Amino acid sequence: MTSLPASALSEGTVTLCAVFILLVPLAGAGVALINTGLGRSRSAAHSMMASVCVLAVAALAYFVCGFAWQGFAGGPAHAFSAGGRSWNWIAASPFFLRRLGLAGIPVPLIAGLQIFTVGLAALIPLGAGADRWRLGAICASTALFAGFTYPLFAHWVWGGGWLALLGLNCGLGHGFVDAGGSSTIHAVGGLTALAIAWILGPRRAKYSATGLPAAIPGHHGVFVLCGCLLALVGWLGLNCAGGILFAGVALPATALIIINTVLSGAAAGLTAALVTRTRFGKPDASLTANGYIGGLVASSAACAFVQPAEAVIIGIVAGALVPLSVEWFEFALRVDDPGGAVSVHAVGGIWGVLALGLFARFPDPAPGQFIAQLVGVATLLGFVLPLTYGLNWLLDRISPQRVALEGERQGMDLHELGAEAYPEFVVHTEEYLPR
Amino acid sequence: MIHFTMKLAGLLLLLAGWAIVLSALMLLRPSLGQNSFIVAGLAIEALGLALAARAHRPLLKEGE
Repeated sequence: MTSLPASALSEGTVTLCAVFILLVPLAGAGVALINTGLGRSRSAAHSMMASVCVLAVAALAYFVCGFAWQGFAGGPAHAFSAGGRSWNWIAASPFFLRRLGLAGIPVPLIAGLQIFTVGLAALIPLGAGADRWRLGAICASTALFAGFTYPLFAHWVWGGGWLALLGLNCGLGHGFVDAGGSSTIHAVGGLTALAIAWILGPRRAKYSATGLPAAIPGHHGVFVLCGCLLALVGWLGLNCAGGILFAGVALPATALIIINTVLSGAAAGLTAALVTRTRFGKPDASLTANGYIGGLVASSAACAFVQPAEAVIIGIVAGALVPLSVEWFEFALRVDDPGGAVSVHAVGGIWGVLALGLFARFPDPAPGQFIAQLVGVATLLGFVLPLTYGLNWLLDRISPQRVALEGERQGMDLHELGAEAYPEFVVHTEEYLPR
Repeated sequence: MIHFTMKLAGLLLLLAGWAIVLSALMLLRPSLGQNSFIVAGLAIEALGLALAARAHRPLLKEGE
């Protein structure tokens, strides 16, 4: 699906869209709080500091070259011909946001939204690298992410790229559709989180000699649950602004987007509580929070194109998928992901993309929508994951991304920042005693 | 060394699966055949993902 023409936004739509965009940073604040709460107390200040640095680096990298490579539908782009069709693969806008007609509409709105969403996407890997990822490495990895990985895929989906044009070029439905960013923001961020977790390896003492994972609970459940509430507000802005700018949704339809987003998150949160209650005897607060965010993530792609009952179904599936996936990654694959970033954002995002193919109802139905969504998933797994893994692997070869053993023992706060988040707390070190 | 080779093979399988999907889009018209190739590409990617995940499981000090 290509974006709407520049002249299609009325003054009222522009005003409301700007308000929606101003809500988006709350989603980032929520994710940052969740990441911090699910990490250790001795890395709490480091986690929040890293979140602030990530937002700053992402915004600057996106300003320098990110937007130039992402572009916007109808903007300048590089394309090649194959199979008698044109394949638009990267934008050719000028660097540093120059000569883009920023006084016109909706390019500045797109740039304004994207400078927040790229930061939100870049925050996601912090959850997977908690307690062991160096601040310098975080900034370098974020620069690569916001400067290249994110803009490239976002161009393909939101910038009039080849995925968006699958409908016109290949007769596959309306092309790959993702109104709110289940794939462009969350799946890309979640797959980067997986690459980071693989490259860093698990925290010391996370796995015993027999391979059983030790429970390292998050240090602040209130942070995590407050993060969910903040994220909900941010998500409402994100889905509404994305729906208007990237899916051509009319202003009255944003009411449906709001209802669907709230319902999907609610269904997912309750389902996750029920699943953990069934499995462990009591509802697990951190997994319920993860399930809730998973429901919001899954709602993003199809929020403008499904009925409320279908949004509830999307949320229920996401709420069941996320806690089971967290357990599977931790026990079966031995991926140490303290924030559950891979399960929430990658698994939830991919489910959201597929759910659009299953449930979406467009005003002008066209066959092949589910196949178009499958092509998007294949691109995420077959291109984005190797790309982001390769870039972070290279970075790790140049300068190790993982903190030294001493830093992990001391805590990231003391080791990298020189001051603890909670100086009155006693640091427990028994998990480092020889077994 | 074995783990490095497995990781590389897994990531290459991911890329190979994507290449199959792209080839199906470029060379075939929308049909059952094109859909089959896209699904086959995804299956190759699933294999690559499984191999990469297996290669990244941390080594244990004792036998499993």
